[in-house]
Amino acid sequence: MSTLLVFVIVVAIGIVGYFIGRQRAVHNEKSGAKAHSLPHYHGWWVFLVSVLPAIIFLGIWASASSLYLERNAISKLPVHNAESVIASQSLEIGMVSGIARGLARLSEEEKASLPQTFAELRPLLSSKGVALATEGQDFMIPIAVEWNRNATRLSVIGGTIAIGLALAGAIFGLSRVGVRSRARNNVERIVLWGLLAASTIAILTTVGIILSMLFQTITFFQSVSPLNFFFGTVWDPRFADAGSGGSQGQFGLIPLLAGTLYIAFVAMLFAVPVGLFAAIYMAEYASPKVRSVVKPLLEVLAGIPTIVYGFFALVTVGPFLRDLSAALAGGYAFIQAQSVLTAGIVMGVMLIPFVSSLSDDIITAVPRSLRDGSLGLGSTPSETIKRVVLPAALPGIVGALLLTASRAIGETMIVVLAAGVAARITINPFEAMTTITVKIVNQLTGDLEFNSPQTLVAFALGLSLFFITLAMNIFALYIVRKYREQYE
Amino acid sequence: MTDTTLNAPAVAARPARRDIGLKRRYAAERRFKMYGIIAIAIGIFFLAALLYSVISNGYTAFWQTEVNLAINFDPEVIDPDNKRATDPSVLLTANYPVLARNALAEKLGVSKTDRPAMREMSKLFSDGVRGQLRELVAANPSLIGTTQNIWVLTGADIDSAFKGQIDISVEESRRKVSDRQLGWMEQLKGEGAMTQRFNSGLFTYGASSRPETSGLGVALVGSLYMMLIVLGLSLPIGVAASIYLEEYAKKSRLTDIIEVNINNLAAVPSIVFGLLGLAVFINFFNLPRSASLVGGLVLTLMTLPTIIIATRAALRAVPPSIRSAALGVGASKTQMVFHHVLPLAAPGILTGTIIGLAHALGETAPLLLIGMVAFVANSPVTPLDPATALPVQIYMWANEAERAFVERTSGAIIVLLLFLAVMNITAIILRRRFERRW
Repeated sequence: MSTLLVFVIVVAIGIVGYFIGRQRAVHNEKSGAKAHSLPHYHGWWVFLVSVLPAIIFLGIWASASSLYLERNAISKLPVHNAESVIASQSLEIGMVSGIARGLARLSEEEKASLPQTFAELRPLLSSKGVALATEGQDFMIPIAVEWNRNATRLSVIGGTIAIGLALAGAIFGLSRVGVRSRARNNVERIVLWGLLAASTIAILTTVGIILSMLFQTITFFQSVSPLNFFFGTVWDPRFADAGSGGSQGQFGLIPLLAGTLYIAFVAMLFAVPVGLFAAIYMAEYASPKVRSVVKPLLEVLAGIPTIVYGFFALVTVGPFLRDLSAALAGGYAFIQAQSVLTAGIVMGVMLIPFVSSLSDDIITAVPRSLRDGSLGLGSTPSETIKRVVLPAALPGIVGALLLTASRAIGETMIVVLAAGVAARITINPFEAMTTITVKIVNQLTGDLEFNSPQTLVAFALGLSLFFITLAMNIFALYIVRKYREQYE
Repeated sequence: MTDTTLNAPAVAARPARRDIGLKRRYAAERRFKMYGIIAIAIGIFFLAALLYSVISNGYTAFWQTEVNLAINFDPEVIDPDNKRATDPSVLLTANYPVLARNALAEKLGVSKTDRPAMREMSKLFSDGVRGQLRELVAANPSLIGTTQNIWVLTGADIDSAFKGQIDISVEESRRKVSDRQLGWMEQLKGEGAMTQRFNSGLFTYGASSRPETSGLGVALVGSLYMMLIVLGLSLPIGVAASIYLEEYAKKSRLTDIIEVNINNLAAVPSIVFGLLGLAVFINFFNLPRSASLVGGLVLTLMTLPTIIIATRAALRAVPPSIRSAALGVGASKTQMVFHHVLPLAAPGILTGTIIGLAHALGETAPLLLIGMVAFVANSPVTPLDPATALPVQIYMWANEAERAFVERTSGAIIVLLLFLAVMNITAIILRRRFERRW
């Protein structure tokens, strides 16, 4: 009995319960008494009491039984030497569950004449669309067969209990349909719990981000010391062969951090003046007509996906800068196509709308009276802006710039395509540098053994990135909140 | 506005006054204004440059050069031992490119014994002809023995040459298309047998190492699945969360934490969500790599804050009088929210959702980490099958070196931008049409 089938049956019971419950309530009303709740609330109450417990039970049962199956299979595996026990066990369990998944697809006759060796079994399963790795062993087959038998038994038991629960719930709910029963309040309480649960997903996501990265990072720090990671100046992860152990590679964060900050700095150097002046012009000078055209145009820049910016940098800006430098220096291209400058400029273009629309809001929020006071004293509009409006808006603008900078630091696709992969420390903006995000992508794309430091380092990098941007965001929000009310 | 009231009396007054640096100050004023105009011009210039670069590189991708061949489905070539009645796999493994080569040789008058010429000539059509003819024959075996006029794709280099993207003035040994091939191309063009036709393959083919037979088919299906998952999950969850925070939650520690959390999540780098997806969905829950289900879940978590923020703004915009009126005539709080506030906030919620979806559609980085960078040739059937996404396909093509792939990449970007434009314009129209000022 598959879980899906049980689920459908449970929901069907609930739907039937809804209609019967509503019918009963309607009947009660016809008999003259004024009921506490409208008929459809009685229906919903029956539906919820029958479906909710059954589904919660199904979920718990499914995870518990998969845990049980795995434990059971582990106890059947032959004993290994202590060193490699964890890694090889998880691999073997993966193989066994793969074989079990394949066996479940076989027809009855095929199951009766099951081949006893893995070498014969593999082509049979691959013809059923289950591709297995080659490392399977013969002893896994009986374990997998038992796995399937247990799984069937467990799912039948679980399914029966779930359907029983649904029926019991429906009967209970129906028995409570009455003139005085407070069905609406009950339903509304459950709705409220549902709403609360939805809003905790945001917290769960954050907790999930932190925990998942923390666990992998701790595993990583067991093989590489945190000191070497945070203060190492050499990035050379050296993709070692699986299990060769000896060659470790060096995981220094410093060159990546330097590249990240440098590229973000160049981007801000480009985006801040352009975005700020654009915002000032639109807030203080532009006629409503110009504003209504220019503002959406600049905001289009914010709607373009970053992969498009990356491609633009790769095929247009990078080669253009290289050729330009070659023309200037008489043939020798001192700007590389993939460089800090290329990535910085293109990222700066991406950031213009963030700077301009955030600062536009802040500048227009400065009260009219301040401007009028300054203008009345005889200063020109630009003097008013420089001496009165900008100082008043400064905290907000600083907050906006911090938010923008954190976006620059976390940006991925532009630097993946335009900044290069060479991890080095240089102050020459015409050379390639690399960033934290580029290395996360590099370490995690392709087929890799998951438990090697080479892949786990990506989580340590991600955690560092998360905390850097988090600190900037919190600081920015703090500044914005603290100074916002001053002029209101 | 303000500057006109200021300028007029100051300049028009008595000329003989003491010099207080007005000239200098007005020059500074003009300069300052000029900086603003220059800044806006820079922004718009880059927007134009970006769009120009993409469109000029990419518009040709929607046409593909094809050559019309009178292909003789010769049983001697397809099935030399005449076994197809007993062994159908003969039809799958037959040497179909030979058919196309023979047809082309006949058309161009190349002798079949002239081996170098034959080899050069067979580069005129794509290797994808093997699959194309195989499908034709497999679908209709009675074709064998007949002669059919069929449009087949040309090779990527010939396609580029035909579109004028290869510089013919370069000396022959340094370009990918030889003079002889160019001659044949001109000859076929003159006969009308080689021409550009609408490139439907761009929207249907999957991944391929040959530019001319690679397309966005798999990516479009993958992106569609992901968008459906994002819509189906993030809209109800986001609306439920916003209703709770906006209508029910009392000011408490928990709601404060939730609120700060949502604001922070909105600013977390997208790649971090990819790490989350890899660690939680793939390693912990053992969901398949490269599946659009995982991609959809990751993008859901990523768009949730956007949708929550938009929905809360929309709910806040519904005036309190509506709530009071509903409560006053005896509605319960839940009835008040679901029957009165939510319908009035719906346009705003929808607009925010569409903008969130547009963001999710263009997002690449988290998808790279959950293994969507995969060579997927067959269209996914369920969301659990391996798939790619539109922006990921762009990323993969951007890493290919060939000129023809630059064209394809730009074409794919145009497709992506069109989708985004349609979504954003829909959102704007919705807002214009249904926006209510209270």
